[in-house]
Amino acid sequence: MDGNLNALTTVFTEFYYWVTVVFMFLIHVGFCMYEVGASRRRNHMHTLMKNVMVIPLVTVTFFFFGWWIYWAFPMFPFFGGLDHDMASANLPWSENMGTNLSDRITGVFWAAFLLFSWTAASIVSGSVIERIRSSALWVHAVLIGSVWWIIDAAWGWHYGGWMVQYLGYHDAYASGVIHAIAGGYALGVIMVLGPRIGKFAANGTPRDIPPHNPWMLTIGIFLIYTGFWGFYAACNVPAISPEVIDGQITGTTWTATNIYLAPTSLSGITFNFLMSLSGGLMAAYVVSKGDAFWTFSGGLAGIITASAGNDLYHPIQAMLIGAVGVVVVYKLHYWVERRFKLDDAVGAVAVHGYSGVLGLIIAGFVLWGAPSSPYEGYATINPVGQTIGAVIMFFVLGWLPGWAVAKMQAAAGVLRIPEEVELQGLDYAEHHAYEDAKTDIIEADKAHLASRATPAE
Amino acid sequence: MSTIGYENWAVDLAEVGAVYPFQGWEIPMTIAGVIFWLAWHRIQFVREGEHLEKARKMGDPDKIAKHLERY
Repeated sequence: MDGNLNALTTVFTEFYYWVTVVFMFLIHVGFCMYEVGASRRRNHMHTLMKNVMVIPLVTVTFFFFGWWIYWAFPMFPFFGGLDHDMASANLPWSENMGTNLSDRITGVFWAAFLLFSWTAASIVSGSVIERIRSSALWVHAVLIGSVWWIIDAAWGWHYGGWMVQYLGYHDAYASGVIHAIAGGYALGVIMVLGPRIGKFAANGTPRDIPPHNPWMLTIGIFLIYTGFWGFYAACNVPAISPEVIDGQITGTTWTATNIYLAPTSLSGITFNFLMSLSGGLMAAYVVSKGDAFWTFSGGLAGIITASAGNDLYHPIQAMLIGAVGVVVVYKLHYWVERRFKLDDAVGAVAVHGYSGVLGLIIAGFVLWGAPSSPYEGYATINPVGQTIGAVIMFFVLGWLPGWAVAKMQAAAGVLRIPEEVELQGLDYAEHHAYEDAKTDIIEADKAHLASRATPAE
Repeated sequence: MSTIGYENWAVDLAEVGAVYPFQGWEIPMTIAGVIFWLAWHRIQFVREGEHLEKARKMGDPDKIAKHLERY
């Protein structure tokens, strides 16, 4: 770090990303609470463990190969080879991937991306609760968290990605690169996995399986909102000079940028985050007639729908886009459920997947002609590029691998838990000794109390 | 001798790079890490399969009914 300004910028950026990581941890806490609240009592521990173990499994694999993929794949395989120059510093055996006093950024930048990986995996985890084998879900978690989403990030969420250069793909706060892909992946898995026992009546009518604890859902989703602030901040470069960007921007004014190094501001995204949250909550309240589950999730869906363009939108645009997204998502969720008999236990496919797709397409129209990058020769933002991008995210990198791997797991008989276990509950199966011990000690205490009681006169 | 390559901090930090122990062993460490990760999946996969097989025959109908009532 030569020069005080350079040193301060580096230390500030290091700390900035570190803080975003701490905030984003709350997303995972929120997802855990949400899933446990949505599951029935007999499945709590299994549901929680399934999501908690996503953390270490995605972390170590993101260290081993996920981070390298991001730097190696921006043009690979369709428009060039692997970018070894950029990627070599991010191999797991690189000196940059450890305590290194000449590199103070890689670790926190890696962690910011990693927390996105957890989110992608956790979105899938929610839709499959109460019937998937943990071993099967954890394979999916590694694949979505350390392979598929990071390939889409290299292509469409990187200043040199081919989707940005040739399609004008713009997805500032990850409507597509996190939410559409994870929603599509979850859809692929639940199509093979099948619904929970009792979800559909004999005549095919869907039954509601209400959460055992609506308060846990409420706190969970509020934690996700909170973590989403960190998510938004992590999508930005906090302070950078035009000289360092080395693109078309003239002058010497430093700026915050989005991931494409195109200018935005924390002020702007703060307006838009809150206005899209509000638009989503208001629309969801109306369309669901005040249903708590959908109102809270609608806030999230509102943000996700506006996220692709929230670096540039006007706050009122963000609000209206969030509102429109929620109405479409709500209707589509129930139509798909009835039509295809799919059981998405927490509405993840709708809230993340459909919102993400819709958000990308809307951004193509609202930001039509705006520069996708500060670099010369890139396509500008346009509806066709955004729609193709949405298809790549939801279907090609999301739905297809999720469906294919789930098919293989189902063929091998290692996807779904046995019917008997599903009925008696995963916690009963795994923690029957605890239940028996609890029953024994309660009975013993009652017997002791009865033996000491003085008979009434 | 020092495992991190420095025995004191009488250095110009501009000249200092990696400071973790056993530099030069990164590839063997990576291989060990990958084996640990894959072995974990294997152990968990086998245990879960055996456990679910036992669990499917474990249920006492009265207790299961009680569990269902608890929601």
